[in-house]
Amino acid sequence: MSRASPWHEARIERIGPVTPRIVSVMLSAAVAPPVAGQHVEVRLTAEDGYSAQRSYSIASAPSAPHIELIIEKLDDGEVSPYFHEVAQAGDSIELRGPLGGHFIWRPEDGGPLLLVAGGSGIAPLMAMVRAWRDSGITAPVMLVYSARTWDEVAFADELQQLQAQVPQRFVFVAATTRGAPQRAGDLSRRLDAAQWQALQARWGQVPRHVFVCGSNRFVEAATDGLQAAGVPPQIIRTERYGGAS
Amino acid sequence: MATRGFTGRRPAAATASRLPPGQYLTEDFPVLAKGPTPRVDPARWRFTLHDGPRPLASWSWDEFNQLPRTRWQGDIHCVTKWSKFDTEWQGVSIDDLFAAAGLAAPPTPWLLARSLDDYDTNVPLADLVGGRAMIATHFDGRPLHAEHGGPARLLVPHLYFWKSAKWIHGLRFTQRDEAGFWELRGYHMYGDPWKQQRFSDDP
Repeated sequence: MSRASPWHEARIERIGPVTPRIVSVMLSAAVAPPVAGQHVEVRLTAEDGYSAQRSYSIASAPSAPHIELIIEKLDDGEVSPYFHEVAQAGDSIELRGPLGGHFIWRPEDGGPLLLVAGGSGIAPLMAMVRAWRDSGITAPVMLVYSARTWDEVAFADELQQLQAQVPQRFVFVAATTRGAPQRAGDLSRRLDAAQWQALQARWGQVPRHVFVCGSNRFVEAATDGLQAAGVPPQIIRTERYGGAS
Repeated sequence: MATRGFTGRRPAAATASRLPPGQYLTEDFPVLAKGPTPRVDPARWRFTLHDGPRPLASWSWDEFNQLPRTRWQGDIHCVTKWSKFDTEWQGVSIDDLFAAAGLAAPPTPWLLARSLDDYDTNVPLADLVGGRAMIATHFDGRPLHAEHGGPARLLVPHLYFWKSAKWIHGLRFTQRDEAGFWELRGYHMYGDPWKQQRFSDDP
């Protein structure tokens, strides 16, 4: 499933902000089509041969012409500042992948599908939303996406448009922790067990697969809340970044 | 291939010499897991050593904590690229565990570590004995936090850290080198960080 080597040259076709802290990088590279949820490894090399590697989830649909990565700026980061301050269309980087055989969704896996994103954790879930949309399958999807403010909700236009197109099949709820709710049905609190219960009741579906991606703290809180609301742990898959003491 | 405009942030020489290829140093302790963190009640925890389906020995939490204690300090390396230096662990070495089980000769050269969240991972016998691995119950002098695998996790620090199975509840001798959870999903069967054995087709 994961055919790792070799490294491929990847050309940056487009690069630009999707939120104040996140850039989208569109890459063309001769790699296998990804499965939604997979990631790539990125390698940057300095003139003297020093290199740095990082892993980034793919946000684009499996059938998309370019691989889209979204990269949040970490103020003390080594690699993310390059994408925010230096990289331009026409530059080349190296990547290997796509990789990963657990936090993935294929149309034949079906639904109902509950996707829970925190911040830049939207990336692999956006790939799943897009794969679901492009597959035309009828299983319902609910995306609950937590960000600090509405400005920090990446892909908000695309998600709202999809919800407007197929409101009975795609529910998109934004949960902003520092800003007011933007739309009817959006939330302005951290998600607790009672809210998960209310969201599931509103959705009217019992999820078959649950994918949660975000910071470790976010994923811990979301998975605790989901389990307290009756979601069995066996159907919850997680992907996390950051640590715990 | 040089990346235009990338200068990078080189670690100091003393750090660089301790970092396996492709790794960077973190002061944090990142958490990775395939699913929710299991909340394990030590009163119901049991550690069992199996030869295939056959139980060889079993310990309750209290019994396990009567076994001789081992301490290890050193560096750990995650396949997701972070390394953490000078981590300090305490627990029960696999040597002491096998001795307590009265295991005169190990039945096979391969084992699967088994976790309460249905995770498993394969580690050769040779990498578990000779003071190279323990069942860790303490990190940094404190009981191991659930997010890091508490109450007990495997610690095989010379391999990528996915081999150090969290929420461990047993070791099973296997008749062949059986792939575990990540090994079935594209990761390397052995996982030596110094050889960058990340994925199944890495040499």
